[in-house]
Amino acid sequence: METQRQEARERVIFKNVSKTYHGDHGSVKVVEDVSFKLAEGEFVSLIGPSGCGKTTMLQMLAGFVTQDTGQITLDGGPIKGPGSDRGVIFQEYGVFPWLTVEKNIDFGLSLRCNKHLESQRKELVAHYLKLMHLNGFENAYPKHLSGGMRQRLALARAYAVNPNILLMDEPFGALDAQTRLALQLQLMEVLTEERKTVLLITHSVEEAIFLSNRILIISARPSKILRVVDVPFPYPRTPELTATPEFQRLRLELEEVSMQQYAKQQELAAETQ
Amino acid sequence: MPQERATKRSGCAKQRGFSTATFLAGVASFLTLGAAWGVLWWSNLFDRGLLPAPWEVLKVLIEQMTEKELWLDILLSTRRVVVGVVCGLAIALPVGFLLGWYKSVRAFIDPVINFYRALPPIALIPLVIVYFGIGEPARVSVLIYAAFFSSVIVIYEGIKMIPPIYIRVSKALGASDFEIFKKIIVPAALPHVLTAFRVSTGVCWTTLVAAELVAAERGLGAVIVNGQNFFQVPVIFVGIIMIGTVAVLMDQVLRYATAHLLTWQESM
Repeated sequence: METQRQEARERVIFKNVSKTYHGDHGSVKVVEDVSFKLAEGEFVSLIGPSGCGKTTMLQMLAGFVTQDTGQITLDGGPIKGPGSDRGVIFQEYGVFPWLTVEKNIDFGLSLRCNKHLESQRKELVAHYLKLMHLNGFENAYPKHLSGGMRQRLALARAYAVNPNILLMDEPFGALDAQTRLALQLQLMEVLTEERKTVLLITHSVEEAIFLSNRILIISARPSKILRVVDVPFPYPRTPELTATPEFQRLRLELEEVSMQQYAKQQELAAETQ
Repeated sequence: MPQERATKRSGCAKQRGFSTATFLAGVASFLTLGAAWGVLWWSNLFDRGLLPAPWEVLKVLIEQMTEKELWLDILLSTRRVVVGVVCGLAIALPVGFLLGWYKSVRAFIDPVINFYRALPPIALIPLVIVYFGIGEPARVSVLIYAAFFSSVIVIYEGIKMIPPIYIRVSKALGASDFEIFKKIIVPAALPHVLTAFRVSTGVCWTTLVAAELVAAERGLGAVIVNGQNFFQVPVIFVGIIMIGTVAVLMDQVLRYATAHLLTWQESM
């Protein structure tokens, strides 16, 4: 696994990327001189205090926000807005309430830019319906689904157009602990079956260690990469891993660093008010 | 696989539409109202020439229902409202969309819209009579005006409230601007458009009756004026009852349509 990753192709490169937002109350530098790489099939997590600019980093990669300085390359070229090659999963799911579960999954496939998948449209919908354990709910509207099911639906919809990069912004943040664990396991399962390059934003150190190859610890605003941590545990990972002393040691270590940054961000927030 | 809760689908049929129980409650409340009226008449507190008995009014109502005249009045009034609402909405839809979507347009037009919206359409009737006389164009133009201003605000507030996450999700899946409009904006705005439909129907109905009271030979407003002119109090009552009944029926039809078009909504 380790050697494989080193040889793998680099999909995403952030090089000296900075971003400042200009608002009514002055300018805020949210991202400062960030450089990192995402290799093919790699799972990388960003952890850091809220409001630190992690989301901005993800949105730049998604194509919703452009950087002020520095370069972001995706498969060798610059990013020209959002596209179906990058699936985005949001904390608030964003499933369309007016469409049934089946139609939600089909949404991306119904778009002109995904016409090349037209011949497999039905199979793809059926496949992801099953993979995300949503079968039996094909014709239900999202209002009848639990939070966990809605997020699985959002994942199925993103997967259906076959992106090779998944960008997840605190995808499990709004769920209760049990559902969250279930979804983490499921994501692990799905990724074993269909490997993707993943960038995950999370507040949970435990979640980051459990899922990732690599963790980037982000500082309080403006975001800098404070530390890069290689997670040594082999895949596939099971819940038992979280009980091992190695896992716990790493968790405590990272939590300490992240708590310091959290406190710093709190001070910053207090100053700006 | 953990056990996750999902609400049963069977429960949703009861949430919308009306059940027999609510229907019976509605009938009972009108019967009570009729009985109270009867008691009031019987108590002789009011001159019986001014407050007719419910059965007298019922008799006149049945008489009129067997003749063509009343139906013609109902038809005319209803048609005016339908034309007003349809035309008003047809203009309000594109304007409401532009206002909701483009912030700059909104800042420019908002104050004007607010002024005209606050202005009761009835206030325009004299001006309209000066411009168009007292014919059909005068009445319908007031109604279009009323429908437009009452619905445009509902539509644009609705468009403004569409959660940006839907737009971002669809962009991330590769949707073009036109696809976002067709597949996100239109369905997400539909509940607000239907609300606008109901609001403007209500406003138009009120305005219509006022317009017919001022200037019309026919229509339910004219029925009331005729009753007044010939001092036929039961006829005035018939006019009032018909105006209320038609308004309630129209609203019910729209409610029913709304419930059917929006089965997906959380709180239906």
